[in-house]
Amino acid sequence: MEVGIKHKLLHFLFRYGAIFVVIGVFVYFSLRLEHFLTASNIGDIMASISIVTFVALGVTFSLIVDGFDLSVGSTVSLTTVVTASMMVWYEMPMIVVIGVPLLIGALVGLLNALFIIKFRVPDLLATLAVMYIIAGIHKTYTKGYSINDHMLFPDGTKAPGVITTSFQTIGQGEFYIGSLSVPIPVLFMVLAIVAAHLLLRYTRFGRQMYMTGGNREAARLSGIRVNRIRTLAYVISGICAAIGGILFTSRVGTGEIDAGAPLLMEAVAAVFVGFSVFGAGKPNVFGTFIGALLIGVLVNGLTMMNLQYYTHDIIKGTVLVLALSITFYVVNRGRSSSS
Amino acid sequence: MTLTTRYAAESSPTIVNKEQGSESDMALSRSLLRMVGIEKSFNGVPTLKAVDFEAYSGEIHALLGANGAGKSTLMKVLSGAYSSDAGQIELHGMELQIEQPKDARSVGIYCVYQEVDTALVSQLTVAENIMLDQMAQDTASWWVSPAQQQRQAADACAKLGVELPLTKFVSELSLAEKQMVLIARTLIGQAKVVIFDEPTAPLSQEEAARLFAVMQLMKEQGLVVIFISHRLPEVFAICDRITIMRDGVRVHTDHVSKLSIQDVVSHMLGRTLEERVQKEVVPIGEVVLEAKNLISGHRVRGVDFSVHSGEIVAVVGIVGAGKTETTRLLTGVEQPEAGSIYIRGQSVRFKEPADAIAKGVVLVPEERRKQGLIVHESVETNVSLPLLNQLSSWSGWINAKKERQLAAEIVEKLRIKTASIQTLVQYLSGGNQQKIAIGKWLESDADVYVFDEPTKGVDVGAKEDIFQIIGDLAKQGHAILYFTCEFAEAIGIADRILVMCDGKIVQEFDRHAATQEQLLFYASAGKEGEL
Repeated sequence: MEVGIKHKLLHFLFRYGAIFVVIGVFVYFSLRLEHFLTASNIGDIMASISIVTFVALGVTFSLIVDGFDLSVGSTVSLTTVVTASMMVWYEMPMIVVIGVPLLIGALVGLLNALFIIKFRVPDLLATLAVMYIIAGIHKTYTKGYSINDHMLFPDGTKAPGVITTSFQTIGQGEFYIGSLSVPIPVLFMVLAIVAAHLLLRYTRFGRQMYMTGGNREAARLSGIRVNRIRTLAYVISGICAAIGGILFTSRVGTGEIDAGAPLLMEAVAAVFVGFSVFGAGKPNVFGTFIGALLIGVLVNGLTMMNLQYYTHDIIKGTVLVLALSITFYVVNRGRSSSS
Repeated sequence: MTLTTRYAAESSPTIVNKEQGSESDMALSRSLLRMVGIEKSFNGVPTLKAVDFEAYSGEIHALLGANGAGKSTLMKVLSGAYSSDAGQIELHGMELQIEQPKDARSVGIYCVYQEVDTALVSQLTVAENIMLDQMAQDTASWWVSPAQQQRQAADACAKLGVELPLTKFVSELSLAEKQMVLIARTLIGQAKVVIFDEPTAPLSQEEAARLFAVMQLMKEQGLVVIFISHRLPEVFAICDRITIMRDGVRVHTDHVSKLSIQDVVSHMLGRTLEERVQKEVVPIGEVVLEAKNLISGHRVRGVDFSVHSGEIVAVVGIVGAGKTETTRLLTGVEQPEAGSIYIRGQSVRFKEPADAIAKGVVLVPEERRKQGLIVHESVETNVSLPLLNQLSSWSGWINAKKERQLAAEIVEKLRIKTASIQTLVQYLSGGNQQKIAIGKWLESDADVYVFDEPTKGVDVGAKEDIFQIIGDLAKQGHAILYFTCEFAEAIGIADRILVMCDGKIVQEFDRHAATQEQLLFYASAGKEGEL
């Protein structure tokens, strides 16, 4: 009897725990902080999580096919500075400014897939190596400087271009629904979430991804070209990270160096928090969004409480390890009791 | 436990080779290993039913039986891999408590398994591997002396009469050499009983001969050598006595000289009843699939056959004959090293299972939970998996209504017992899982269905349903390849039976022309004319 109750409680926590935590944290900050529950701050939170959400969506795809992509943070960093350099250094038209980083994201994905699928390097190790390579490339590319409007080169010359205002609209613009102002990146985020959800839930491709992750051997024997599916998952992951990079440049208005460094952990935490939402027990888009929301609210509230930024990592890390513990504990319990 | 350790401590490393005495005298004085009333059940299903087993020191004792007879289970009880539910094990009149492999090793009971790599550390040298158990002991010295290790290992090799490259890494050795490393290790452990579990299956003739010489030497040194093999001719060539098991019971033990291969085969089979299968006669069409000289590793060594539309061809063989490997070559899971596959006369190459499926060749694999199904997904999702193209539009959007209908249809048609099509497959019984693994291919446009042990772990009722499904597929004009180690099933269901042994098709029978005895005889490496 007691065991039954314990079991039920555990499952209840597994299904709704993450959502309760989000609400709890939200309520706590609302009571504690005067300016937390204002329209502008909520808009701010949503806009800031839009970047994490994109990166986390990519991680979701790689996790669905039973892989892992550690290189997303570096990809954000690289695409951030590339996007900025396209405008500041080369004064390229908008299409190139956006197209080149997307292409880079896809290439990083292909590179990951090459090592993981062709050379059979374990996904964590392959993407770890690629993460360092990409991080190195992004610093080499900028020689260690952030890219600002008309930046001064070491040789004394000035860069010709600026981060255009039209480009900055992507990350900073707002539009109005009635009297409610909605940041443009939030619109992008909502569109991406809906699109990814539909893709994974209702299409052949999404089904094949989940099946490949669920049991690669059985999926292969059923006629799914699992290597193609896995490659595509990594490419999508790279592209999502690139979108994150573009949004970052646009939102901040500079090509900041190392912009993506904190995003890897936030994204991974978001996905694993989302793992359990509504008892999905597998990576899923809506859960990932809930996870990103939790991280975003936490970071925002902690900042407003004037906690030093370097303490944030402790809290984010704790959230991640708690989410991981709950997920793996419940999932493994389920596995062992069913077999 | 205390008893075991004390015994190990007191026993002397050398075993005295007793003089040959009279028959009864021998049984008394030389009986070294005695297992009495051993029982073992798995999930309430008895695998061993009060088995007695006796082997003398200084003999090679063959343990035979058809698949599932319980011989491997019995030996796993002896070597500590399983603990028995009831019964006693005595060595030299001393009762042993064997709970885990360590206990068995400490009294000198060793097993040389077929999968040698699981017992070896490939990054260590041969000498280090031979001495591995010594190093693992708690009482072993903290410091390791490579020179002393090599000396001891060399001694062991000398005793076996084999030469091994002691300083080489194990990863560089051949399979036969790796076996020798394991055998040498048993000597270091002062083995008294050594179990060989199908050691010759992957070996060439010369390698097997060398192994037999070593076994002979061990016998002369007074060890109990227990030999499990499915190749009856070699059993008769090297063994002194034979124990035959069937359905978890010991049915016969005798001297080799008093038995013939036919005796052994009939003891192994017993009075088995033919499977009752309603087999309909259907017209047989043209050749659909043909395989020529398929070769892959040492498991598939040149397989030729063909199958016609409407025909059920059963390929029978003992476990390890290369059946599963052949199914994998046929369906693109693995690529053959040589040989070719023809579909309706056209040469085809499958790089992926997807290619084979596109050409109409589908596989129902042996390990359904690992390979056939995604157990933590629903019945519906599993059934629709190979049919996603048919169920979705050009954009990839899956028609949920069509998918539901299809799943419901298949569940009804195959009488799959499930609460709903949304039930997760892991909650269904083995038989119903298997029906899903088959059912998912029913609506695909396959021409050739390859089944690998489709009735494994399936209850009787579901078994009949599965035969029915396969019969219906043949009636619809599909070609069926049915790989099984159950001879009775093959006789019941097939139009033609091919016997596979050691990676080759060794004999072919027409429907009704084969008996189980004949099938087992040829599957056990028997040659024409010996029967």
